[in-house]
Amino acid sequence: MLSTAAGTASQDAMSIWEYANPKKFMQTSAWALPWVTGLAVVTLVTGLVWGFFFTPDDYRQGATVKIIYIHVPSAMMAINAWAMMLVTSMIWLVRRHHVSVLAAKAAAPIGVTMTLIALFTGAIWGQPMWGTWWAWDPRLTSFLILFLFYLGYIALWEAVEDPDTAADLTSVLCLVGSVFALLSRYAVLFWNQGLHQGASLSLDAEEHVADTYAWPLWVSMAGFVLLFVTLVLIRTRTEIRARRLRALEARERMA
Amino acid sequence: MVDLGKYAGTVLGAYGVTILLILGLVWLSLRKGAEMRRRLEAQEKRMGRNG
Amino acid sequence: MLALLLRDLRLATRAGGGFGLSLAFFLIVTVLVPFGVGPEGGTLSRIAPGILWVGALLACLLSLDRIFALDREDGSLDLLATAPIPLEGVVAVKALAHWLTTGLPLTLAAPVLGVLLHLPGPGFAWLTLSLAAGTPALSIIGTFGAALTVGLKRGGLLLSLLVLPLYIPTLIFGAEAARRGGEGLATFTPLLMQGGITLGALAILPFAAAAAIRVNLR
Repeated sequence: MLSTAAGTASQDAMSIWEYANPKKFMQTSAWALPWVTGLAVVTLVTGLVWGFFFTPDDYRQGATVKIIYIHVPSAMMAINAWAMMLVTSMIWLVRRHHVSVLAAKAAAPIGVTMTLIALFTGAIWGQPMWGTWWAWDPRLTSFLILFLFYLGYIALWEAVEDPDTAADLTSVLCLVGSVFALLSRYAVLFWNQGLHQGASLSLDAEEHVADTYAWPLWVSMAGFVLLFVTLVLIRTRTEIRARRLRALEARERMA
Repeated sequence: MVDLGKYAGTVLGAYGVTILLILGLVWLSLRKGAEMRRRLEAQEKRMGRNG
Repeated sequence: MLALLLRDLRLATRAGGGFGLSLAFFLIVTVLVPFGVGPEGGTLSRIAPGILWVGALLACLLSLDRIFALDREDGSLDLLATAPIPLEGVVAVKALAHWLTTGLPLTLAAPVLGVLLHLPGPGFAWLTLSLAAGTPALSIIGTFGAALTVGLKRGGLLLSLLVLPLYIPTLIFGAEAARRGGEGLATFTPLLMQGGITLGALAILPFAAAAAIRVNLR
């Protein structure tokens, strides 16, 4: 009994890491990609169409409340993309799986785009609501800082020529960056309270979102997650191919 | 068409920017993916023939 | 390790070593600000702590790429990596040398430049104190950035892009402490937070920087 249980456990543990094999990853992702893509398109279109056409205006914010269906999911993905990069970077540093770090590299531009969407939609929303495009609200400021961290990470990938060196350096930067991004988040909260006491420019919409708004919002969030997964799969496949191409070219030169 | 009232520009602008950015990202990802696929296939074919 | 520290200090202070450049830069930035915002004393004294903090931070940034670049060029970095002292120790000593030749002079110069910007009376002590507590963090964070980019030919610009976001928490708490001090408010919390950041950075970043150097020398 015991030995069988241990056997299954070790098999289960093996199975996760099987996908870290580039070939296995290419096979599995080739199979999964059409499904994930289809699902992403369906949920995204459903969520956004539902939110845009079939929700009532808010009594206070009017039609601008519809921006929530892109603003909140993109903001969520901006943070989650970085979290995913942190996890995959650590997997690379510990277990040296190339797919893992290539997935982190693939996720960074998506994270940047999500951060930009969150910032832009926030600015556009803020204009009529707060009377200004930009306020140094803690949350806005944190996203701007997150954007800077993404830029640094991508720039380091671009600058280092050797792929394994680049992978190591960017992973270390991702780890250290995460700590400092978190510190900045708290520093910014402290700083803003220090500057304008009692300022209550809060973007926290979830707290007072009624069910009519919540359901399409959930669907949109699922859509953004699936969009992210789709794009990560596509981009990771590209990175794996690029890596293989490099290896083949190097072998050709040697021969 | 849904009536957006006085905030039509705001809402449409936000959705427009989002759709543009996402489409741009998708387009870039697909283009780079296709290009890499083509180059890798060409390389594999050449090396298969030579060696 | 002491020998390494003395060597680094000698290298930095001899002609062309860059010592004094940061100070001159700090002075110039401080002089330029009134030209930008106008000579009105009230405005200047209100923004003085922040300007001096940002100026010190930028001046600190200037000399970062020198930390490892020279050693990398003449090959002594490879020797240091294989030396009997751990690479983490080397990194810490390098950061200390950078602080002694950059952070400390900047801290001492800040009150003098504060006069130019009409820094409020009580602010002088707090500005100096917050810089003294914060500049070590700037040095060690910068050393980490320099370690990441040591293998690159033109890493200077990238170094700034990598390091400046990491400087944000230090800047926020430092400038906040100086500002509150100038207005006669309680400065305990920001100073405490800043001390925490400095100590935490000193505890963690030598390891990250040493790891980055090992990768770069591979």
